Amino acid sequence: MARRPVEISRVTLAGAAALGLVLALVLGTLAAVALRAEAAGGLRAADWAALRFTLLQASLSAGLSVALAVPLARALSRRSFAGRGLLITLMGAPFILPVIVAVLGLLAVFGRAGLVNAALGWFGLGPVSIYGLEGVVLAHVFFNLPLATRLILQGWQEVPGEHFRLAASLGFSARDVARWIEWPMLRAVLPGAFLVVFLVCLTSFAVALTMGGGPRATTLELAIYQAVRLDFDLGRAALLALVQLALGVGAALLALRFGLPEAGLGAGLDRIERRWEAESLALRLWDGLLIVLGAGFLLVPLGTVAWRGLQGLTALPPGIWEASLRSVSVALGATALTLALALSIAAFAVLRRLPVAGAAGVLGLAASPLMIGTGLFILINPLADPARFALLVTGAVNALMALPFVLRALLPALARIEADYGRLADALGMTGATRLRLLWWPRLRPVLGFGAGLTAALSMGDLGVVALFAAPEQATLPLQMYRLMGAYQMQAAAGAGLVLLALSLGLFWLFDRGGRGNAHL
Amino acid sequence: MLTFDKVLIRQGDFSLAADLEIAGGQIAAVLGPSGAGKSTLLSALAGFLPLAAGRILWQEQDIGALPPAERPVSILFQDGNLFPHLNARQNVGLGLRPNLRLEAGEWHAVERALERVGMAGMGARRPAALSGGQAARVALARALVRARPLMLLDEPFSALGPALRAEMLALVAELAHESGALVLMVSHEPGDARAIAREVVLVAEGRAHAPVATDEIFANPPEALKHYLGDRRAS
Repeated sequence: MARRPVEISRVTLAGAAALGLVLALVLGTLAAVALRAEAAGGLRAADWAALRFTLLQASLSAGLSVALAVPLARALSRRSFAGRGLLITLMGAPFILPVIVAVLGLLAVFGRAGLVNAALGWFGLGPVSIYGLEGVVLAHVFFNLPLATRLILQGWQEVPGEHFRLAASLGFSARDVARWIEWPMLRAVLPGAFLVVFLVCLTSFAVALTMGGGPRATTLELAIYQAVRLDFDLGRAALLALVQLALGVGAALLALRFGLPEAGLGAGLDRIERRWEAESLALRLWDGLLIVLGAGFLLVPLGTVAWRGLQGLTALPPGIWEASLRSVSVALGATALTLALALSIAAFAVLRRLPVAGAAGVLGLAASPLMIGTGLFILINPLADPARFALLVTGAVNALMALPFVLRALLPALARIEADYGRLADALGMTGATRLRLLWWPRLRPVLGFGAGLTAALSMGDLGVVALFAAPEQATLPLQMYRLMGAYQMQAAAGAGLVLLALSLGLFWLFDRGGRGNAHL
Repeated sequence: MLTFDKVLIRQGDFSLAADLEIAGGQIAAVLGPSGAGKSTLLSALAGFLPLAAGRILWQEQDIGALPPAERPVSILFQDGNLFPHLNARQNVGLGLRPNLRLEAGEWHAVERALERVGMAGMGARRPAALSGGQAARVALARALVRARPLMLLDEPFSALGPALRAEMLALVAELAHESGALVLMVSHEPGDARAIAREVVLVAEGRAHAPVATDEIFANPPEALKHYLGDRRAS
């Protein structure tokens, strides 16, 4: 495959630079953390407690999410109803939902003054508190039940339609179908779904910060934050960051062993096979009940946030627009950086046939944001006030965290384009910028648009590294919301939450729409 | 006697009309271009698709409202006929009891059916360890133990090479002769029909035509079949 040497060096240069930046951020901060951790001595009792709690809450969250997702996915797989497509699309939304907004919604429903406790009060039952383990698990199930449902629903969709028709032809009962068709499928799908949720919950920070806390409900990520912010014990933060990294790498290796399922974009989830074994009235009512409960669990907290947010718009605190501007700037910066990194790495990996390069870009998945944040803090601290770099660091870490998701969509898409049209483009002499403009860009637009929307929304809602670095006067929107909630200004927090929600979803919609509009595919 | 009485099947924009009778105890080929509705006709007969109008009768009994399992029908699909996680013996056994709690005599019947289709001693193999032809034989063995008077073949041999396909067709012909079942066989290969079918049902342009004797239809093909066959008629 003869390409002009000029182009070879350009693709290689950009790819190497992008990979270098990713590796420097992950491994450089790791080195900084490792050197600093030596000074900390061993783990204390509180650190062991944080490790235990991290594992406990992640296991419980993953187990519950998956256990509840199985009947819900089954109900969705065999019932067609108006709004089914919309509901399944909405189940993709928690992924781009700002954590702090969802927490506010969950508190409005399940919190001390929430709807559930109000209902319990009518029956003379005492209020239930959801702070601590219960709250952390509840929030994680809220985020991951929809994800697990979609992953498992995918499994149902992939059962060949002939098998259900064969079952009907052979007179299978619902039990026979469960035993001969559904259970074998679930046995293949469930470990992957459990691991995905487990991985997500392992690096949970914002949920633990808002719903947990205290010595009995502190995750490792939260302990890192407390060590930096409250105790200013960088050695201990570094040691905790290493433990967190070991956990992440361990779980990632497990995931490689089992193979993670692809969280589809909802494509192909609209096929419904007729299921003769499940046409009894009782089963239809049961499925209907499950779907109503599942949709309610997802929609009532969001609806409550929107409703209270509307009322809170009049009580918006001063500085909200500055915070919004800061958040949007960080999000747009992170988006630009992610797209540049992803395109450079993907082009390098595909054109140079180096799949390793693509895999390296996914490194960010095993590293935790707070580990990278702590490393950068340690590196910057002797030279300058870390707070001055708060927004820059937040944007960079957000970009790094979104990179694996964007790469996972971009790599196969670009590989397909090159496989289909690469030789034609070579024959026509389309190289460099021409190839990018006339071949890649038009065909990659939907993927890039989706990736950009994802990055922007994730970055908008991120409450992680920014909490580690930012001084009070440079809060992003999520951080300001967190502070308002901490000060029990719930109405103002609800108003800010609605603004944050609108900006996050708006950015996602804008990019995703822009990518798909006029795409000639 | 299988009767399609003014049957109309609708699937979105597509519709298929069938008003015809097929005599029992024979093999009839269902021929026509792809997309014409050959499989649709079989799906409706097996109970997977509702009728928009008309009735389907077997031996003068209306079977159009019965659920798939209660119809006098065994069906073999193009693929997906076997559950990949069950071995050959279990896949056949499902034809007798969907919960696989078979009595000793029933397991015997399963073994005999496997022997009959040339799969003796291979009952413990899973589909992944079977060739395409062997998998088709296992599916035929299941149809055998079900012993339904109608056997529907929705191109189950289309992925096999010519020699193997001829072998499978010969086996189908033998089984049909032994059991006296009516076999409806979808194919887009005129040679298949010539090999074993007594009659041909032509499906084209939204209509399933009344069966015509195989020799006759190839000697004197109607317009729609001429179109489909093209130049091959001469060969």
